[in-house]
Amino acid sequence: MAVSVSLTVNTKSVARDVEPRTLLVEFLREELGLTGTHVGCDTSQCGACTVHVDGKSVKACTMLAVQVDGSSVTTIEGLAPSLEDLHPMQAAFRDNHGLQCGFCTPGMIMSAVDLLQNNPDPSEQEVREWLEGNICRCTGYHNIVKSVLDAAGRMRAQQQAAE
Amino acid sequence: MADDGIGAPLTRKEDRRFLIGRGQYTDDINRPHQTYAAFVRSPHAHATIRGVNTEAAEKAPGVVAVLTGKEMADDGIGNLICGWMIHSKDGEPMKVGAHAPMSHETVRHVGERVAIVVAETLSEARDAAELVDVDYDVHEACVSTEAATSDGQPLVHAEIPNNLAFDWELGDKAATDAAFENAHHITSLDIVNNRLVPNAIEPRAAIGEYDIGSEDLTLYTTSQNPHVARLVLSAFIGIGAEHNLRVIAPDVGGGFGSKIYIYPEEIACLWASKKVARPVKWTGERSESFMTDAHARDHVTKAELALDSEGKMIGLRVDSFANVGAYLSLFASVTPTYLHGTLLAGQYTIPNIYVNIKAVYTHTVPVDAYRGAGRPEATYIVERAAEIAARELGIDPAELRRRNFIQPDQFPYQTPVALTYDSGNYPEILSKALEVSGYADFPQRRAESEARGKLRGIGFSSYVEACGIAPSATIGALGAGVGLWESAKIRFNATGNVMVYTGAHSHGQGHETVFAQLISTHLGIPTDHVEIVHGDTEKTPMGMGTYGSRSLAVGGSAIVKAAEKIIAKGTKIAAHLLEASEADIEFKDGAFTVAGTDRTKTIQEVAFAAYVPHNYPEDVEPGLEETAFYDPANFTYPSGTHVCEVEVDPDTGVVEIVSFTAVDDFGNIINPMIVEGQVHGGLTQGIGQAMLENCVYDDDGSLITGSYMDYCMPRADNLPTFKVANIETPCPHNPLGAKGCGEAGAIGSPPSVINAVTDAIGTEMQMPATPERVWQALQSKTAAVAAE
Repeated sequence: MAVSVSLTVNTKSVARDVEPRTLLVEFLREELGLTGTHVGCDTSQCGACTVHVDGKSVKACTMLAVQVDGSSVTTIEGLAPSLEDLHPMQAAFRDNHGLQCGFCTPGMIMSAVDLLQNNPDPSEQEVREWLEGNICRCTGYHNIVKSVLDAAGRMRAQQQAAE
Repeated sequence: MADDGIGAPLTRKEDRRFLIGRGQYTDDINRPHQTYAAFVRSPHAHATIRGVNTEAAEKAPGVVAVLTGKEMADDGIGNLICGWMIHSKDGEPMKVGAHAPMSHETVRHVGERVAIVVAETLSEARDAAELVDVDYDVHEACVSTEAATSDGQPLVHAEIPNNLAFDWELGDKAATDAAFENAHHITSLDIVNNRLVPNAIEPRAAIGEYDIGSEDLTLYTTSQNPHVARLVLSAFIGIGAEHNLRVIAPDVGGGFGSKIYIYPEEIACLWASKKVARPVKWTGERSESFMTDAHARDHVTKAELALDSEGKMIGLRVDSFANVGAYLSLFASVTPTYLHGTLLAGQYTIPNIYVNIKAVYTHTVPVDAYRGAGRPEATYIVERAAEIAARELGIDPAELRRRNFIQPDQFPYQTPVALTYDSGNYPEILSKALEVSGYADFPQRRAESEARGKLRGIGFSSYVEACGIAPSATIGALGAGVGLWESAKIRFNATGNVMVYTGAHSHGQGHETVFAQLISTHLGIPTDHVEIVHGDTEKTPMGMGTYGSRSLAVGGSAIVKAAEKIIAKGTKIAAHLLEASEADIEFKDGAFTVAGTDRTKTIQEVAFAAYVPHNYPEDVEPGLEETAFYDPANFTYPSGTHVCEVEVDPDTGVVEIVSFTAVDDFGNIINPMIVEGQVHGGLTQGIGQAMLENCVYDDDGSLITGSYMDYCMPRADNLPTFKVANIETPCPHNPLGAKGCGEAGAIGSPPSVINAVTDAIGTEMQMPATPERVWQALQSKTAAVAAE
């Protein structure tokens, strides 16, 4: 028995019939081909599947596709402002070597963007505590934390320039 | 001179695709007419299979095929292999238990495969896998590393007595025993080097694809070494001939050793794709990773260090059990032997060393190389022993190390355990580590902590490791089944940009950037005009892959050798174009110049002439493409000193790492940004072992730590910001002077952490230093003091 869902994904309208048990992350990866959202565990610990649902970071393995009916979802593919430009968080990860194998990176970035929405000027400790739900095996987090703090500075400067 | 060459902290060329979600990992690939696989796995550690009933599963919706281990064996699919022959001290070859990719007689660890279910969708495959009815006769399991060889233990392989794979030794036992008889002081310690699960964040995955027209097989897989996989799959597993088999390892989400091995799931997908004549895709769940990825470490050791009255180390005796799990995995035999026993001299002039390793089978998943592979276990022994000896003798731990260091003028240095260290400067590293860590002011910091009711401790670790193991003839003599050279092919395109095809594989190390930097420096082509190609047996020359911190020292050296051939050929072409003698041509910064003149041709112009050879030397072939294979003359020997400082809350046992300093010598550094990142990652894996991670099986062989709920991975809030520094003593025997940096952090850090924790709490303990264990250690100490 398929269930209809319609929602907005990366600003585009999407409608599909899905099995009720389909997870949001399966829907994004298999139905929509948005493979930037990754699956690294089966207990909602690693955070590699983090996306934004209605502006808030969510582990896409903990939601069913039917639960996002009518919502707006942003994935890593939809974060950058244009095909050429990077989001300041993406640029900060590049400039601070905040990624190695790249597998946890999309989830890490989506989570960190949500942190800065809530707290534009976090301390190092606040960044570390916020990212507790995202596991990275490559970087030792040192450069991820540095990237997030750098992005916070860039985004505050952007904000000031806009005001 | 280009500013993006050797030494530049260049941001990475590969990052863009990862940052915007356009990386392509194995699970991101889908093939036309693809099917999905799920495995039926044993829930028992030790059982005989009485029967497998697939009837209900075959009738389930969407099921294409249900294939059992019996059918696989009947098809002549071969067993997995161990690629390194070790001989026991009595001369007997190691005893290898047969390892079928899917079992049909006996299962020997939880998670072992019994059948593969292939269906139209993943859900259908998983649903049907639950309908396969396996009739098990369950037996008692052998789980304990230390007890595995005892009489009465269940045998993992009926034909292998006492579960003993081999009983290996290295060093002069009689001389070492004599040193102990003359010792002023003997430090003894018991060590449990805790079992780890590698946990690359990308779970393993595979797509097997059989083309019924060409009869070719393609395997997309999460591999660190696609050519090695192809070789094993064809030569030993017999899945197809090497020329009919293509292995593609696309973007790979971390490896740390766990993706070196050829795993049964890959074999089953390839085999099943032949049976169903459609692509078969399997993506591991994390719980499958825990149950089936090769685990790590798991040594139980008794060690003794003998010292003279001046605090000079005069002898080291090591007696260990090394758990290899249920089967000897690909490099499981070399990890506790030649990658471990040979490193027991550490940075010191210990004249007498004897090591005995008993490798034991248990009903647990195979144990194999993981970041550091044997060297962390060796370093842990030497550096814990050094620290404890210093405490027992009342000598400052830094001073005790200094008294025993191999001196810079002693290289090349022959140790009593086979290796010849090539270069290093251990005293300078230690001095720098003391300075960066602020060791001189530690007493004030300790007093300040005490005033707040906290216990502060500091611990050292001065490690040496061996990377880029080679030359091939030497390791062949030690039992290796392969050569450990590396290949590189450099192709200039007619428009002047460059393709580099490497046999190394990047899964986070940044080869696409670092190797391009080599081209920038050696051939004068900016990195933006260089493409690094790796991970596809159909594109790159035969290569040995990436592990053991070998890619730069071995693979990078191959690139330099290929570049030298490009320059040699380019010189001939340029001489012709410039109407000069070859001997007068100089190559510098990407241009061939007639010495002492301004007559010059860029390498791009030379490349164009090579492909449009209208005005061209008669005796030179067209084209500008060269291949080199590089077999090193020796291992490389990175070294370093790590200093960990902790604060312990005595009421809760919680340990906070308040400062961590790593000063390393990796020889010449190509990209300092990437090297620093490698150090951070390695340190964190080592700190994870020391503080958090512990893989536990219960007495029945059930995996207790089978998910991230039970196995504690290091998270951002467990760690400090690291203080990292380097000295550079170049490797004298490779053209880059590079030593390798990938594993050092995981090798050096664990003993420094435990040395710091035990310094703080004033009593001994085993890894990992979890709050509960630290608290228990403090309670035991208090009780012991009260009893006195």
